[in-house]
Amino acid sequence: MTFDAPFFQILITAVFVAASAGLLGSFVILKRMALVGDALSHVALPGIALGLTFHINPFLGAFTTLFIAVVGIWLLKYETELPVDTLVGILFTSSLALGILFIPEQELLEALFGDISALGTIESISSVLLSIGIITALLAIHKKLALSMLSEELAHSVGIKNRALDFIYLFIFALSIALGIKFVGALLMGSLVIIPAAAAKNISRSLHGFMLASVSFGVISAIGGVLLSEFLAVAPGPLFILSSAILFIISLIVRKIRQ
Amino acid sequence: MDILTVRDLTVGKKSSPVIEKLDFSVAQGETLAIIGPNGAGKTTLFKALLGLTPYSGSVTWAPNVKIGYVPQRMEIETDIPLTVEEFFKLHGSVATPEKIREILNYVQLDTPILKSGFGEISVGQRQRILVGWSIMDNPNVLLFDEPTADVDIFGQESIYKMISHLHETLGLTVILISHDLSIVYQYANNVLCLNHQKLCYGIPDEMLQAEHLQSLYGGERGLYKHDHGNEKAHNHTSS
Repeated sequence: MTFDAPFFQILITAVFVAASAGLLGSFVILKRMALVGDALSHVALPGIALGLTFHINPFLGAFTTLFIAVVGIWLLKYETELPVDTLVGILFTSSLALGILFIPEQELLEALFGDISALGTIESISSVLLSIGIITALLAIHKKLALSMLSEELAHSVGIKNRALDFIYLFIFALSIALGIKFVGALLMGSLVIIPAAAAKNISRSLHGFMLASVSFGVISAIGGVLLSEFLAVAPGPLFILSSAILFIISLIVRKIRQ
Repeated sequence: MDILTVRDLTVGKKSSPVIEKLDFSVAQGETLAIIGPNGAGKTTLFKALLGLTPYSGSVTWAPNVKIGYVPQRMEIETDIPLTVEEFFKLHGSVATPEKIREILNYVQLDTPILKSGFGEISVGQRQRILVGWSIMDNPNVLLFDEPTADVDIFGQESIYKMISHLHETLGLTVILISHDLSIVYQYANNVLCLNHQKLCYGIPDEMLQAEHLQSLYGGERGLYKHDHGNEKAHNHTSS
């Protein structure tokens, strides 16, 4: 293994992407939409397929379909009384199937499981900048988000526009998922968002502690995943998910001991 | 002077409205109690007053009115990662440490509770905190949705004492939903009996008569007894 410039480029990108995903995850868990979030991440696949077909950046393709999906969810939630989770389950697994059909076989594995080693310098820099943007945006609205997730009525009573806030949140969600595709792929991105936050919830009592722990667990898992992938010479994505799953088990044990 | 005027308020589907053609008004400084059976549209009425649900008719608040709101109950996981102090701070910039201490004083809780988890404290304590939260930004109207649901009888009484104290010291207009008729007798100036429509309105002594209550909560010959076929038939004939 070599600790050269490309290695550090991968490491730094992974750390930032995981930090933003971890912070987002704390709100996904608070909103109790872990499964919806996971299914939603699959919508990236047909977007990647479109990107590959029309020779545009797969990130843009993934973001486009994700964005359409979140607008769909948002409209469903506010304009109809249909149960969102059923539709999400049907729509998004169908898009997974669609993606698998249309993505060329040699690129399918990367789209499903990601390959951060294939990241160019410009892509790395833009990923880091985008991650910083996501973190800044989430920190700026975190109180409003938390209140709106706790009680829309309370949020409304202090002048928070729940609908607009929900839209911003879903927009950030789409952006984060698209960002993580290169790292862990469309299939595992949901886990990058959810597992660190789920582990953090086990050991946190305060909101700020929860957010911090979620980001930390994401970052630790990212470092663990990238280091292990150097040792074992396999893709870092799956190792990242396994690292965070181990952290989750440890957090469960800590929780049990505290009780 | 009226602080709230509701005219011809209808909420829900035309075929089976949750609230139908409701008219009432609330004077400044008044305490209005809204009573009615489960599913009568009480919480829906609050949502319409807050502008959280679409409606037809008009809901007019006096200019510069500031509403504080205490929800009925919050679905909160016991392990929610949020301390009481953080919950207060979600209110925004008004939640300074001094303000939070002042509010705790109002709702008769001690400062150590600030470090407790918002999901760990008792339902009664949480209700007090929600009441405190609602008055943080110095509102002139308070909407209380069943402020004592799930609270034991002693806790209920002290919460109502506290509300009436706030009503007197802060000069608030209070609109509350209650199941407890003795509370209504004790604290309300006016009562609105609601079961999809306005069934009675006036001072508690006159409104809480047997015949009103029977028509409101049902009974042997109640108009709205627990017979949904009957209820629908009534709606059809009236529409």
